[in-house]
Amino acid sequence: MSTDSAPAAQEPGISATPAPPPGLPALFLAFARMSLAGFGGVLVFARHAIVDQHRWMTADEFNETFALCHFLPGPNIVNLSMVFGSRLRGIAGGVAAFTGLLLPPTLIMTVLAIAYARFGDVDVLRRILAGISCAAVGLLIAVVFRMMTPLFRRMDVVALILMTGVFAAIGVLRLPLQAVLLVAVPVSIGVTYLMRRKVAA
Amino acid sequence: MNNQNPIWALISTFGLMSLFAVGGAAAAVPEMHRIAVDVHHWMTEKQFADAYAIAQLSPGPNVLIVTLIGYAVAGIPGALAATLAMCLPTALLAYYVSRLLNRPSRSRWPGLLQAALVPLSIGLMAASALILAQSTDRTIAALLLTATVAVIASVSRINPLWLLLAGGLLGFAGIV
Repeated sequence: MSTDSAPAAQEPGISATPAPPPGLPALFLAFARMSLAGFGGVLVFARHAIVDQHRWMTADEFNETFALCHFLPGPNIVNLSMVFGSRLRGIAGGVAAFTGLLLPPTLIMTVLAIAYARFGDVDVLRRILAGISCAAVGLLIAVVFRMMTPLFRRMDVVALILMTGVFAAIGVLRLPLQAVLLVAVPVSIGVTYLMRRKVAA
Repeated sequence: MNNQNPIWALISTFGLMSLFAVGGAAAAVPEMHRIAVDVHHWMTEKQFADAYAIAQLSPGPNVLIVTLIGYAVAGIPGALAATLAMCLPTALLAYYVSRLLNRPSRSRWPGLLQAALVPLSIGLMAASALILAQSTDRTIAALLLTATVAVIASVSRINPLWLLLAGGLLGFAGIV
């Protein structure tokens, strides 16, 4: 675990050899490390550790695995830990990666929750948290913009309408998520299917 | 099945929510807000916004805001129950689906599904931003801070942690 990251991946001669499958403790530790490094999202660190540092997967294998986890429901990176670990070491590997990813930050979060319950009303802390909240919302808006850019670039009108519809239903009208998705998912799949057939024809 | 038991309420709420959380944790924030603040009154608007800020600032997957909600409802058992309920069912689902799809197929359904779901998850995340902004940006200064961070993070590759810390500093100084 002590090998350092980026320079090691550049060393000639060993770059083509895939690493042997790691043991369960190594999986647990690797995911614990990328999780604790991952402020504001773990994906970047996961990719770095799995592809560059440990060479447990090629970049293509990683993309394929992540795409699978992206269109399944639930927290993507958590799904990725389970799928990735189980591909290397079966279900035990999946559990080791899953636990490594979640256990340390959950413990930290629980300590923070206790601290918040006790000191959350302290005025200085309230002000600091208010400032952080504003910045956090700004970060979220930036992510949304980055994800929207390809839709605008392609002038994908259908996708933009679907996106705006979901935004209005959930954000403005505050409808329940299940109800909105029950309508929006079939509609979106149907429309996408028809559009692709039209393009292909 | 005892509906008064808060642990059970947490498990059923987040277990069900995770199965509908297409697009990851950020897309599930509006639903978490609706359930925790509007439906069950587990938290106030302010507490929810604080929980979101803490989850962003801490290491680990951002989905762990559910740990904070769980703690607010039922202490440490609630924190663990909410976290597992949100993470385990979909992880197991992903495990079984990945085994099904293990041999590479020429099917175009995964690509089609993904293309169909992308606009929906962007819409969900935009809704998250709006709902959170309504509870945090109550002053002009706060609104300006959010807008500035949004612009900086859109055009640069700066580590988000610095922007969060800058926000905390401005809050400490009493500016926002």
